[in-house]
Amino acid sequence: MSLQATTSHTVGPFFSIGLTRLKQDEIAGPGVAGERVVISGRILDGDGNPVPDALVELWQANSHGKYAHPDDKQQKPVEPGFTGYGRMPTTDDGRFRFTTIKPGPVPGPDGKPQAPHIAVSVFSRGLQRRLVTRIYFPDEPANAADYALVRVPAERRSTLIAKKTAPGQLEWNVILQGAGETVFFDIGL
Amino acid sequence: MASSPGYRRPYPGTQPNHLHPIYRSSIKRAPAHPLILLPHTLTEITGPVFGPESIDVKACDLTKQGHGDPLGERIIVSGRVLDENGRPVPRTLVEIWQANSAGRYLHRNDQHNAPLDPNFTGAGHTLTDDEGRYRFVTIRPGEYPWGNHYNAWRPAHIHFSLFGPAFATRLVTQMYFPGDPLLPYDPIFNCTADEKARNRLISLFDWETTMPVHALGYKFDIILSGRDATPMEL
Repeated sequence: MSLQATTSHTVGPFFSIGLTRLKQDEIAGPGVAGERVVISGRILDGDGNPVPDALVELWQANSHGKYAHPDDKQQKPVEPGFTGYGRMPTTDDGRFRFTTIKPGPVPGPDGKPQAPHIAVSVFSRGLQRRLVTRIYFPDEPANAADYALVRVPAERRSTLIAKKTAPGQLEWNVILQGAGETVFFDIGL
Repeated sequence: MASSPGYRRPYPGTQPNHLHPIYRSSIKRAPAHPLILLPHTLTEITGPVFGPESIDVKACDLTKQGHGDPLGERIIVSGRVLDENGRPVPRTLVEIWQANSAGRYLHRNDQHNAPLDPNFTGAGHTLTDDEGRYRFVTIRPGEYPWGNHYNAWRPAHIHFSLFGPAFATRLVTQMYFPGDPLLPYDPIFNCTADEKARNRLISLFDWETTMPVHALGYKFDIILSGRDATPMEL
């Protein structure tokens, strides 16, 4: 039996009615092991205007590089209370902010470790399909050989790497279109 | 290391592109660069899991959220969540939101001059059962005007959001109603090239779930990306 995946549509401007119940900006609470980071940024459109009606979702492994999911069969510790899920609508000036820990490396399909990263979905009015991207970490030697980063033209890789603004503080912006446009990945839907 | 298979890519034409000039909001928000193909890794084949503890079992009935009955026509929207291989997607989160019967959302930015309903929030959620079934009781949403073009009106619709088993299966869509005269004119509905794929977003009137002297039933099945038959690239 072969079916075709249902067509995607925009979340529209009023998604907060249905999607803020499960919002979560504290991905890692105080008891969770790992290097603590605050990741904040803005979403900007092709004119450089902030996008006040976007939704950002994050998905990440714990500090050992283990996903809280049954298909992660690695023999690595799970962290009680850590799901790896984040979701926040942007503020009126297009900002978002998450408190989490730096994930450990997870294996790539080639068996080599991927550089630590967080998977990101961006939804908004105007986007009939979500945009998929990743947050990488600064000063991380593993970035040079990362499974996803090596597919990105060298001059655009910096759009995926957060900038350190203070100890434990990272800035990562999403530019939807134009100069400095963030790299978005095609993962299917 | 043995890899699990990734998820299938969409059939050509069945998914909208990011840029659709007829849908004005896409013009400054669609990326200008082509997307970069990323075969699925462990990151994409895993994803957030929501269990019964994250659910309010009463949230599948949107007509019982206030002190009285909401205005409008009570309806039952139900269906199955399946993957592209026809297998049910059990115990997966389904979130919905919609306008009230007058075509107004309970949202501070909705300026449409139509009344709010104190007994209707327009939000609901549920988990699918072991066979991938879900069921909501709600009110038929009203059509409403929007600013896309002169005299633009959205057809009646309910927003659906699903996670499925993996980051790669995430889906947000909209369900429409059969016979809605606004469908041929709606830029959002018409952004998808494949006519059959578009029409699968229109629910079917369903006698089987229609409850005598209570509510009409509409059926809407949702298909999420299915596992690829072949293992991920090694």
